[in-house]
Amino acid sequence: MHLSETVNTGFLFLAPWLVFSPVMGLLINIIFGGRFSEKGIGWLASAASGASFVVSVLLAVTVAGNHGEVLRWRLAEWISIGSLTIDWTFRVDSLSTTMMLAVSGVGTLIHIYAIGYMHEDVRFKNDIGRFRRFFVFLNLFIAMMMILVSGDSYMMLFVGWEGVGLCSFLLIGFWYDKDTLGRPSWANSNAGNKAFITNRIGDFGFLIAGFLMFWYLGSFQFDAVFEKAQEAAHTMPWVIVAITLFMLVGVAGKSAQVPLYVWLPDAMAGPTPVSALIHAATMVTAGVYLVTRSAEIYMLVPQAQYIVAMVGAGTALFAATIAVGQYDIKKVLAYSTISQLGFMVAAVGMGAFVGGMFHLVTHAFFKALLFLSAGSIILGLERGHHHLAHGHHEERGKKKEERGHKEHHEEVFDPGDMRNMGGLRKTMPVTFWLYMTGTLALMGIFPFAGFWSKDEILLDASLHYPTVYLLLTIAAFFTAFYMGRQIWMVFFGEARHEAAAHAEESKPIITVPLMVLAALSILGGALNLPFEGFHNLTHWLGHTLGEVEGLPLNLQVAGISTGLALLAIIISWLIYGRNTLHAGQPDPLKKPLGFIFTGMENKWFVDEGYWAVIINPFVKGSQFLADVIDWRFWHDFVHDKVIAGTYNWLSNIALNDYADQRGIDAFANALGKWTKDLSAAMRKVQNGFVRSYALSVLLGVVLILGYLLLK
Amino acid sequence: MVPVNYYIVLSAILFTIGAMGVLVRRNPLVIFMSVELMLNAANLAIVAFSSVYKSFSGQIFVFFVIAVAAAEVAVGLALIVEIFRTKHSINVDEMNSLKG
Amino acid sequence: MTIDLILFLILALISVAAALGMLLSRNTVYSALFLVLNFVTVAVFYLLLGAPFIAMAQITVYAGAIMVLFLFVIMLLGTEVLPPGKALPWQKPVAGVLAAVLAIESIYLLLVRARSVAEVTTPDAAINSMDSLREMGMMLFNRYLLPFEVTSILLLVAMVGAIVLTKKEKGAQK
Repeated sequence: MHLSETVNTGFLFLAPWLVFSPVMGLLINIIFGGRFSEKGIGWLASAASGASFVVSVLLAVTVAGNHGEVLRWRLAEWISIGSLTIDWTFRVDSLSTTMMLAVSGVGTLIHIYAIGYMHEDVRFKNDIGRFRRFFVFLNLFIAMMMILVSGDSYMMLFVGWEGVGLCSFLLIGFWYDKDTLGRPSWANSNAGNKAFITNRIGDFGFLIAGFLMFWYLGSFQFDAVFEKAQEAAHTMPWVIVAITLFMLVGVAGKSAQVPLYVWLPDAMAGPTPVSALIHAATMVTAGVYLVTRSAEIYMLVPQAQYIVAMVGAGTALFAATIAVGQYDIKKVLAYSTISQLGFMVAAVGMGAFVGGMFHLVTHAFFKALLFLSAGSIILGLERGHHHLAHGHHEERGKKKEERGHKEHHEEVFDPGDMRNMGGLRKTMPVTFWLYMTGTLALMGIFPFAGFWSKDEILLDASLHYPTVYLLLTIAAFFTAFYMGRQIWMVFFGEARHEAAAHAEESKPIITVPLMVLAALSILGGALNLPFEGFHNLTHWLGHTLGEVEGLPLNLQVAGISTGLALLAIIISWLIYGRNTLHAGQPDPLKKPLGFIFTGMENKWFVDEGYWAVIINPFVKGSQFLADVIDWRFWHDFVHDKVIAGTYNWLSNIALNDYADQRGIDAFANALGKWTKDLSAAMRKVQNGFVRSYALSVLLGVVLILGYLLLK
Repeated sequence: MVPVNYYIVLSAILFTIGAMGVLVRRNPLVIFMSVELMLNAANLAIVAFSSVYKSFSGQIFVFFVIAVAAAEVAVGLALIVEIFRTKHSINVDEMNSLKG
Repeated sequence: MTIDLILFLILALISVAAALGMLLSRNTVYSALFLVLNFVTVAVFYLLLGAPFIAMAQITVYAGAIMVLFLFVIMLLGTEVLPPGKALPWQKPVAGVLAAVLAIESIYLLLVRARSVAEVTTPDAAINSMDSLREMGMMLFNRYLLPFEVTSILLLVAMVGAIVLTKKEKGAQK
């Protein structure tokens, strides 16, 4: 590690604390958390995450002070086999600091939010003891994500990659024994399994890419790989194509692109902070970060780039259509996330790495805001439902109050179903305005953050990839439409359920972090304004990714996208806002669109398709192997009948009966009998008669004399 | 001028008769007497040889044999008397306590 | 055919006859008396062979003491005639065969294998004199002193043994 004398390492030495602060946080919570109060646990975890954020800021300052030069901090040697050396090295450059800031910043805000949210959630679900576990897992996630973004080699990135996959599983299945409504069920744990397994398929792609990298390029470390890739592109270009496409498989798994996106909607089974942090702002962006980091490789293979861009654009449009038909507030946001991720993947596929990263950061702001506000809404409805039940009980008398919370839910009440909501504008005003801010940012309305980032992507697409541009524009239209639908359904009109009528606003500990996020959603565009002298993020990332020219604002593209968004809002108002829905009324789009709406409602039956084509045959196949082949054939037949039977026959009949009893025993017995007979015969000599003894003496004499005679 | 061979043959014959007596008779006294006969036959042979070799050693030997025979007869007859006291019979065939 | 030879043959005949008589006699007293006759003839043989002392010793000890002892015991125990035995029917023939074989073997051994020896001469007068007797006494007490003494102890032991064996136990059941 030879740093030139002009490089000022500044706060580089703090780099390990990115990971260690959340690790310390989770260890303290595990060991001593039992003695803390809920607030103590929550604030400790938030402080740990905050410390990570502070370190990220300091590292960014250091990088800025060094004009964006890449800094490395080697912690320890990890693997050293033959020519392969992989170290625990932290890479601090403009790209990784951007990610660090986004992840730890949004993460800390969500930690704070979660203190309030989980306080209420564990009481609604009747398991107060699980509070501590949540924050332990959250800190673990931050630690893993930090490893992912600060790694200097693909292996270290992969460690973080797997780690966040694990945390995703742990947190989705946080209420592992219940379903989203709190009833005992396998549903949540199945969702966790689905996430983990689908991610695994992506990881498989990543690993193959890694193996190819090692085999043909000889290293995992970023700079070494990029260097070798340059040569390899000329000598064996198919290797680079293969590496990039397999990495795309990993990206499809982690960042929920077609065809591996199916886990993300199910992941909404986890508590809302989880959905916000992991499945909106940070983990799912890991795929985008991966492609951006591997920019040098992707730039070598335009064919692969095109495929990446098409996958992203296709996903964006596909998910947006599904979001139109969803009734659960979080599911709409989930499909929206998939769609926006499609935008990002398309951007980095096209080579607009800055655009992709810009959208990543702004999306983190407003999507987290949207999810957390949705959480606030859900809590509000729960509170309303709770007070309703209490109120009914007070009317009926004291007897039922003693039964406790479980008896409240006499009916199945889904607090996240938009058909139960309505008119929340009046009962939860703060949340309403926060939600509006997020929505406008997502739709890409000037001057919110989403406008600038989405616009940059569309601009780049219009210049080089017309098909992608078309798909993304249509997706943007749908985005605005379904968000409008959501706003009209949730906040306007009359409440369609008593619980919504009695909903209460959330406490400041929940709303204040949201306000911070709202501010960022409004002002976030300043990161990379497309005006002369303002392309801050472009310059910043340019230190790592290579200088590109920041494109100026193109009024045509901006105008088309803004116009389509406004059109979508108007159409949604016409359908949902003008005559707001009543309780029990079916969705107005159902009749006109018919089977199309049914498809949208049912996610285009993708999950059912996977079940029929892949999962069910696999399950049936493994059942067949286990039952018929393993148990009935192998175990029952081969083991019991053939092997054990043969052995039994051999030992009982062959060896025991024939060899042992008839053979050996007979021989031994005969030997004994012969000895007895012989001795019985010999005993007759001792007949007690002296005369016969004397005769035997004479006989002996005669014989000896005879011998002497004959000698 | 009797060749010593004749004495030898006579000795052998007497010895054989004595052996026969030991084996065939059932009266212990007769058996004992047969034993004395055998001893006598042996003495005869020794003396015959001693006269051939003109040595007195043979005679001395015979002298000892006679002395020993006398002692032996004394003890043996005492035993026979004793056995008769317990068994009330002098049939050797009835003294088969050593029968195995 | 000298007189020695005739004498020898007659005596031999008497000797063998007496032996056979002892063997075959049913009466125990007769057996003892036949044996006495045998001993006497053997004593005469000793004289013929020039061993006068031994001849006298034979008559004195054997025929005089031992046989008398035998007769005493025969009288003591009763001279019943034993009934013919039922046990060991094969004893007699086998014994006869074996004895015959023994006779043949011993004759063969002693005659054929032994070195040929000279004839036994008639003993001179010197043999029967006191000189030979004195010489024998000298030999007895010089060379063969130890056996002599041991024999005396042996006789003592026999005496004691005979008395002990036949002594009745005090108060013992008879």
